[in-house]
Amino acid sequence: MTVRSTLLSTVAALGVLLGAAAAAAQTQTIPSDERSALSPGLHDAGLAIRGMALEHALPPPPGFFAEEALFAVPQTEAEFQAFAQRMQTNPPRYGPLALASTDMAMAKGRLFVGNFNGFNIWDVSGAGEPKLISSVVCPGGQGDLSVHGDLLFMSVEENRARLDCGTAAASGDVNAERFRGVRIFDISDIRAPRQVAAVQTCRGSHTHTLVPDPRDRNVLYIYNSGTSGVRKTDELSICSAGEPGTNPNTALYSIDVIKVPLDRPQDAAIANRPRIFADRATGQVNGLWTGGKAGVASQETARTNQCHDITVYPELNLAGGACAGNGILLDISDPQNPSRVSEMFDPDMAYWHSATFNNAGDKVVFTDEWGGGLAARCTSADPSSWGANLIATVEDRKLKGQTYFKLPSVQTRQENCVAHNGNIIPVPGRDLMVQAWYQGGVSIMDFTDPKKPVEIAYFDRGPVANDKLVMAGSWSAYWLNGRIYSSEISRGLDVLKLLPSEQLSAAEIAAAEAVRMDVINPQTQTRVSWADTPDVAQAYLDQLARTPAALDAALATQARTAIDGWRRNRADRRAMGQLSTALAEAAGKAQGADASRLKALSDLFGRRSAAR
Amino acid sequence: MQLLAVLVSALLSQAAQTPPIVQPGAPGQPSRAITARDAVALSRTTFIEADVRFMQHMIVHHAQAVEMVELLRAHGADAQVKLLGERIALSQAAEVERMRGWLAERGQTLEAPSSSHEHHGHSHSHGGEPHPEPDLDDLAAMRGMLTPRQMRALAEARGAAFDRLFLQGMIQHHQGALGMVDALLAVPGAAEDPSLSDFAASVVADQSAEILRMQNLLSALQP
Repeated sequence: MTVRSTLLSTVAALGVLLGAAAAAAQTQTIPSDERSALSPGLHDAGLAIRGMALEHALPPPPGFFAEEALFAVPQTEAEFQAFAQRMQTNPPRYGPLALASTDMAMAKGRLFVGNFNGFNIWDVSGAGEPKLISSVVCPGGQGDLSVHGDLLFMSVEENRARLDCGTAAASGDVNAERFRGVRIFDISDIRAPRQVAAVQTCRGSHTHTLVPDPRDRNVLYIYNSGTSGVRKTDELSICSAGEPGTNPNTALYSIDVIKVPLDRPQDAAIANRPRIFADRATGQVNGLWTGGKAGVASQETARTNQCHDITVYPELNLAGGACAGNGILLDISDPQNPSRVSEMFDPDMAYWHSATFNNAGDKVVFTDEWGGGLAARCTSADPSSWGANLIATVEDRKLKGQTYFKLPSVQTRQENCVAHNGNIIPVPGRDLMVQAWYQGGVSIMDFTDPKKPVEIAYFDRGPVANDKLVMAGSWSAYWLNGRIYSSEISRGLDVLKLLPSEQLSAAEIAAAEAVRMDVINPQTQTRVSWADTPDVAQAYLDQLARTPAALDAALATQARTAIDGWRRNRADRRAMGQLSTALAEAAGKAQGADASRLKALSDLFGRRSAAR
Repeated sequence: MQLLAVLVSALLSQAAQTPPIVQPGAPGQPSRAITARDAVALSRTTFIEADVRFMQHMIVHHAQAVEMVELLRAHGADAQVKLLGERIALSQAAEVERMRGWLAERGQTLEAPSSSHEHHGHSHSHGGEPHPEPDLDDLAAMRGMLTPRQMRALAEARGAAFDRLFLQGMIQHHQGALGMVDALLAVPGAAEDPSLSDFAASVVADQSAEILRMQNLLSALQP
C-alpha cells in the first residue's frame, strides 16, 4: 500500500483519457464476469469462487476492528450532512488504515499477520480453524513482518509511531521518542512478545526483506525499503534530504542494509546504505528513471529514489527489486554490498511495487501498484496493461519484459483494486502465482508461458458497500504450506483450499500440498525441490495431456499404468526404465514447457527404476 | 466420570488461555497486557488546527488552477500545453476531492473563516506601524496564487502569449503549494495525521514533477 503514490496515479489515469487517441491502438480493457457485480456487505458480501474453496473466514481479532475505523469518504451532500451531524456526538478519529491487516509470514505452524496497529499470531498447525495465540499492539504502520528463529521483524513508517509502542502520537518535527524503522521482537514467549531492538532509519520502513548471511549463521541482513519523507537531521544524525546534485549525502536513492547479530539482536544496526540506483558509467547516484511519462500515452512513472519491495533468492545470489520507476536485479553474493546487475523500465508501469521469482529463477513477476491501493483501478475504463503484473524473463542475469497480466474481471467503482502481494504455488512443471488484488480478490495466474499468462482460479467478494468505496480487500494472498492465506484489510483472515479443475488436477494440487517449509517469509524465496512421488509424476502427465499431441497416446497410457502401479506399491521398475528412455527421446523432439516436463518425468522414472 | 473430569479441565484451561493482547514497551522494556478496547483506542490519530487550515486553504488554491485551465481551453494555442493543462485540472480536482473528504471525515468545514486567510505578495503587519491599504488587485488570496490583476492579464491574452503567461502563472501557482507544505511542516505538531502527511507528500511529488514539465514546455515555447 502506497498512499503517497495515489495522486501520481490519479494523474496517470487522466493520461488515459487525454492520450486516448494515441493509445487506442494498444489499449485493451478487461472483461466482465461473475465477479463484476457481486452484492455488497462487510460480512455478507456476495462471493464468487472458482478452483478453490473458502475453508475459513475469520473476523479480525478483538482489538483490531472498529466499525468506526472503516474508511469511506463522504461523496454526496446528503452524506456529508449526515456525517457532520454525527460529528457532534461521536467523531471518528481513525486514520484511513488505522486497523488494516497487512502482510504475513509463517514459522513453526504459526501464521503472523501484520497490521497498522501491531500484529496477530495464529496457530495453524492443526487441520481445523486457525486459533489466535496472541495479539500485539504497536501502532505505526504498515506492519510488514518477517520471522527468523525467535525474532520477529516489523516495518514502521509513520511519524506518529513511538519507540515504546505508545498511545500518544510522537509529535513535532524532532522527537526523541519517535520511531521509524525496523522493530525487532523476541517471540520466544509466543504469548508475550517483547521488543528487543528498534533500528531507526531515515525514511522509516515500508517493507523489509531478510537475507541470511551465507558464510555466518550468526548474521542476518535486512534490506530495508523506506518510501516516505526523510527525517530531520536533528532527529537522526545520519539523515538529510534533497536531490544528490545539491546534497551528495542525501538519504534518498538508497536502501538500508541492516546487520543483525543473532546472538545479540539488540546490537542490530545499519551496516550499509548502498547506492543501487547509480549510473554505472558516471557513478551519479540518481542513475535510473527520473520520474514522469515516457510518452504522451504513457503512464506517469514514479522517480526511482527508493525501492518499494525487494525479493531475494539467496540460492541464486539474486534479488529482484521493485523500485518505484524501475525493476532491477541485484547480485547479493556479498549480501552487505548488493550491486545492480540489470534494470528495466516500462512506460505502462506507474509504480514498481513487488517482485516474485518463479522457482527456476528465470522469470520475475513485477506488480504495478497504480493508484497506491486506495483506488478502483479495475473498472471497465482502466487499461489492461496498467495496474497489472509485468512478467519479465531473466537471461544471463538480464531482465526482459514480456507481457502484462491484469485481473481479468471488471470490478466496481466501490472496490479498490490493483495488483498486489502474492507468491508461488509449488506445482512442479508450472509457474503458478497466487496473488492479492485488494477488493479484486484473490487470483491464481499461470505464467509458465511468460508471453501468455492466464488465470486458473479465483476468489472474490463484493464491495463493502454499494454506494461508496470502503477500504478493504486482500492485502496479501500467499500459498503457505498447503493452503492459501489471504489477509483481508478490514474483514480478517481467509483460508482457501485448492480444488481440482480442468486447469489444475488433483495430482498437481497434491504435489504442491506436499511441499512443506518450517519458515516462510515470502520475500525471501527458497528453491523448491519435489520428492519423487506418484503425485509429482502424475502432475507432469496431467500437464502433458493439456497440450494436444505433446505425448504419444500409447506412451501416455504406459506412464499412467506405471504411476498407478507405483501408487499401489507395485512399481514396475523395468517398465519405468523403458519409459524413462522413451520420454527422454520425446523430450528431445519437444519444445518449451512440455519438453521440460517430459525431461522431468523421464528423470523421475529413471531414478525410480534405479531405486531399491 | 473420568471423561467428564478431563472435559472440565480442558474447558477451564481453554478459558484461562484467552489469547492475550500485549503492548510491548521500548526496546529492552517489558510488555504489558491490555484490553481489546485499549488496543483499538491506540490506533486513533490526531490532527491540529494548522492541519485543518492547510486543507481548507489548499482547496481554494487548487480551485484557481482549475479556473486557469478553463481559460486555457478558450485561449490557448499549443496542443502540448493544453494537454498538460487538462491533466493539471483533473489532478487538482482529484486532490480537492481528497481534501474535502479529509475535512468531512473529521467534521471540519470546507472553508476557513475568511479572517484566517493568509495574504502573500505584500507587506502585512499586525499591530505595528500602520501601512497604507494595499491595492486589492495585487493581493493573492493564498501563497503563490495569481492576483486578480494577473488573472485579468491571463484572460486577455491569446495564442502563444497566452500559453507563456499560463505556464508562468501555473509554475508560480504550483510553487505556492510547495510553500504551503513547507509552512505546514514548520508548525510543531502539524502533519501527524498519517493521511494528511501522505497527502502533503504527494502534493510535493506531483507539483514538483509538473513544475519541471512546465519549465521544459516553457523553454520550448520561447521564441
